[in-house]
Order: sequence, then structure tokens, then C-alpha cells
Amino acid sequence: MEDLFTHQPLSRQIFQQGKPFLLNVWATWCPTCYAEHQYLNELAAQGITIIGLNYKDSSEKAIKWLKDLGNPYQVVIKDEKGSLGLDLGVYGAPETFIVDAKGVIHYRHIGDVNANTWQQKLLPIYQKLQVQP
Amino acid sequence: MIRKLCLFLIGFCFLNTGFTAIEARQFASPQQEKNYHTLTQELRCPQCQNNNIADSNATIAVDMRDKVFELLQQGYSKQQVVDYMVARYGNFITYAPPLTPATAILWLALLSLILFGILLVWRRNKSFSNSSLLQNQEKNDQLTGEEKQCLQHLLSTSSREKQQ
Repeated sequence: MEDLFTHQPLSRQIFQQGKPFLLNVWATWCPTCYAEHQYLNELAAQGITIIGLNYKDSSEKAIKWLKDLGNPYQVVIKDEKGSLGLDLGVYGAPETFIVDAKGVIHYRHIGDVNANTWQQKLLPIYQKLQVQP
Repeated sequence: MIRKLCLFLIGFCFLNTGFTAIEARQFASPQQEKNYHTLTQELRCPQCQNNNIADSNATIAVDMRDKVFELLQQGYSKQQVVDYMVARYGNFITYAPPLTPATAILWLALLSLILFGILLVWRRNKSFSNSSLLQNQEKNDQLTGEEKQCLQHLLSTSSREKQQ
């Protein structure tokens, strides 16, 4: 695993945050990712940790995208070949995983995150994980 | 003229790359190659759900073909490759899902529908022969008063005609 910006290797410890977080799979070639991006910015502003997985994308385009549209991610993992994506059972973008404090995936959401899906589907699961340490 | 032809041919080359997916792979053995082809035909593309990963050109199908090849090279058995994919994509990924509580409905629904159909036909036949046929027979046996009179009349006239 490599960081998108620094190209430095990332350790598995980024998945053990001591609190739940979102893992968002995105790419610049994906129009739905563009659609959900502003909402992710809002969630990040609310204090929700989001890790980005830049899936089968060019790093240059990805960095430009984040500069132009804002960066809601705590850290962005570079996955040019989609091998980490394959390991996670990703078959498209965007996909969003809800991960607990210890790094265990609890939910996989396919498609965009918007106010509706967040309130109805994702937030209840996220809140449950916040209560259980 | 020649320039136009050249341009056309070059254009054709680019066009062609769009829909051909011939991958040259070096297999360690004919058995491995056979396993590769069986597996890519048995695994469903998660993106274009009516294609197997051998037929599909979706990026994920390409990645999965590469992964199948890679795993076979590492010495994975056919079953191990299927298990690897099922662990990540669920039973949905295989065209031959195993019988588990979650997939039981695929078999049981079909079986119970067939049984239900047989039962329905059998019951219909039985009730048909029991009730409607018998009723018809009884109806034929019993003549109404009018019919009896009519019959009597016919019989008496015919016997009179004979006498004459």
C-alpha cells in the first residue's frame, strides 16, 4: 500500500483508528464519484474520518481532482492496478465500506453516498460502531 | 489514393483494439491452461452479471482473469481459486454455487414448484373423474318427467306404426 501524495508505504495501522471510519473507493474516471464528492467533504467537515482508495486511476489526475474539489480524506491509498480493490471485493466505483475501531469491515455500500443513503443506511451502522468500542 | 488507404488501415487497427481481448499467457502445463479456461467460464463477472469473466471485457473481469492466472501459477487448485473469489465477492460470483442455507432456495423453490404442479394436476384429475363424470352419469340415468313422457310417446307411436 502506497500513499497517493508521498508514494511512501502505508502500514496496516491506518485501519486501526480506535474509532469507526469510512473507506471510500473512488476514481477520477467515475462520474458518480464526482457526484458524491461534495457530500464526502461535508461528512469530513462533520468530523467523520474517511480513508480514500484511489482505484485504477492515474495519480496525477487524482491529485489534481483533490486540489480542485477539496480533499475529504485523512489519507489516500494509491491502488493503480486495483489489486487492493480486488482483495476487498470491489468491482466498481464508488464503493464505501464502514470499518470499526479495530479495522473490521461491517458494511459495504455500492454506489454514491448522499444525504439520503447516509441518513438511512450508513449512519445507523456507523453510530452502532461508535457505541461498541 | 494510397494515402487514403493507409489512413483507413491505420484507423482500422485502432478500431480493432477496442473489441478484441486476446491475452497471451504462458501456462506451466496443459492442465493449468485447462483449469484456467474452466475457471474463467465458471466465474461470473460481478459488473456485467450475465457474462462470465472469460467473455466479459469489463475492467474487473480483466483483473479477475489476471488474478485467476496468478493464483494458478502460485499452485492454487481450482477449488482454492473459487474459494478465493467467493471469500471476496460472495457465492454470487460462481455459476455453480454450493448448497448452503442461503442458496437452498435456488434448489428448493424449483423442486417445490414441480411437486406443487404434479399435485395440482393429480387433484384436478381426481376431482374431475369423481365429481363431474359421476354427476353426468347420474344425470343421464335419471330422466325428468317431461323426458319420460316424451319417451313413452315415442315408444307407443313406434309400436303402433309396427302394428299397422
